[in-house]
Amino acid sequence: MGGKGEKPKLIMEDGKRHDGRLPDELRPIKMEIGVLKNADGSAYVEFGKTRVVAAVYGPREAQPKHIASPYRAVLRCRYHMAPFSTDERKSPAPSRREIELSKVIREALEPVVMTEMFPRTSIDIFIEVISADGGTRTTSVTAASLALADAGIPMKDLVAAVAVGKADGVLVLDIDQVEDNYGEADMPVAAAPSLNEITLLQLNGVLSMNEFKEGLSLALKGIGEIYKIQKETLKNKYLQVEGE
Amino acid sequence: MSLTPTEPINIIPRLKAETIASIVKKGVRLDGRKLDEFRELTIIPNYLPKAQGSALVKLGSTQVLVGVKLEVGTPYQDAPDEGVIIVSSEFVPMASPVFEPGPPDENSIELARVIDRSIRETHAIDLKKLAIIPGKKVWTVWIDIYVLDHGGNLMDASSIGTLAALMTTKVPKAEINENEEVIVDKATSIGPLPLNRKVATVTLGKISDVLIVDPDNEEESVLETKLTIAVTEDGLIAGIQKSGQSSITEEEAIKAAEIALQKGRELIDKVTQLVESSAETVKQENNNSAADSASNEASEGEGVEEGSGKNPEEDSGLEKDGGLGGSEVSLKSESKE
Repeated sequence: MGGKGEKPKLIMEDGKRHDGRLPDELRPIKMEIGVLKNADGSAYVEFGKTRVVAAVYGPREAQPKHIASPYRAVLRCRYHMAPFSTDERKSPAPSRREIELSKVIREALEPVVMTEMFPRTSIDIFIEVISADGGTRTTSVTAASLALADAGIPMKDLVAAVAVGKADGVLVLDIDQVEDNYGEADMPVAAAPSLNEITLLQLNGVLSMNEFKEGLSLALKGIGEIYKIQKETLKNKYLQVEGE
Repeated sequence: MSLTPTEPINIIPRLKAETIASIVKKGVRLDGRKLDEFRELTIIPNYLPKAQGSALVKLGSTQVLVGVKLEVGTPYQDAPDEGVIIVSSEFVPMASPVFEPGPPDENSIELARVIDRSIRETHAIDLKKLAIIPGKKVWTVWIDIYVLDHGGNLMDASSIGTLAALMTTKVPKAEINENEEVIVDKATSIGPLPLNRKVATVTLGKISDVLIVDPDNEEESVLETKLTIAVTEDGLIAGIQKSGQSSITEEEAIKAAEIALQKGRELIDKVTQLVESSAETVKQENNNSAADSASNEASEGEGVEEGSGKNPEEDSGLEKDGGLGGSEVSLKSESKE
């Protein structure tokens, strides 16, 4: 995604990044749940200029019927980018990238959803990227996991996600679009922190074994911070209900 | 939309599934392989007469045909002096009872994109050398992965096929006439496709918390998670893709990367050896039997006829195998005991 053009400086003399963050610093994060009335569960998540809305419908009767399993609920997942989310207008038709990401996002959530409790049903996850500035798949996983929880679907844990990148030779947490386009590597990671499980792991770019180890540990540290915000967001909704 | 798959890729008896899952804990696999051992690999380079590069790969019972076509195209605006790579894959319906005709599904798209990223991010192909008229006309490298028989681990078979096919690819002669049009002479080549680096993927499956290399399709129907790790010949990790319903731990991810780095380099060496030894065989054949020039042309210029009964390799002492034939070289897995 995005052009090459003239490569900007990604790490400044003071060791900070092009947007002033430290290498292990996340972008400003906002999370909200219950943002849509019709959906059984929904969430809005913002990482800097990346904004994602996720909605969950279900468990509901699987349609068409042949997709149903007698043993478990099936998950259906659509990751989609709005035409106005990118610099150049994006065609709304699903691209090969969106098809792949729908799959890896579904697979990032499968391990935590207790699908065996709802046989013959489907749980549908719809993700719309409203604004894309790097890290859309990880923001989507974070939002979808909140939307599932908001829908009251039993889960073993929440899933939180973030990407680690390599920019001008430095491992950096939560890369934005500039760092993705001009950096040397992009490694999105999703994990269920309480279970100690990695549910999404991709790497686009080149890393040495040591960089991979360090990057993975940096990502898991970031995931821990995001996980805390997710839990607070869920708790806050019920505190508000209590207060009313 | 991506949907949880409910149809197994391969229905196997529960007893067998349980056996596969329990014996890996003792370090044993049903076909006798070690946990980190690839199946037998066979490569027939230059399999296709009409492609600029090609290879038929057999990894166990998996068969994948990769064709590389070079065509004149326009460069991307943001890289006006570079060639273009396009990777596609087809899971043809003949390859498995679960493959259906139609546009590529998510598995096929994922496979092609993982292979694409592994060669793109490592600059495996020297795209700067593929400009014909910089800014206007460049070579487009079409890599088409054709899965003919699904015996498990399509990813690594495709990656091996892609590497082998790229190593055999010849760049056709292209001339620019006075009207700035590119005239291509596909019969004449100006040399091999410029490669910077060799890359291969190593896929590990997780069964009963044990990591196994190169899962076959019976093992794939038992395992829940796979990790594909692309590695370069100089020992770098050049791409990762986790797939499947389940998860892995941090320790498993690191262990998988260590195994992949070792196995991947061995694999690249083996592919290189298989492709180069076959090229030498073709050369020798040409020198040995000048009289039989028709058959030699068939094995070099025009490629090898599929299933041709009389083969120049027949008396060269090389091992022959079942499946689709041709001038074929094979090596037993090195680590086999």
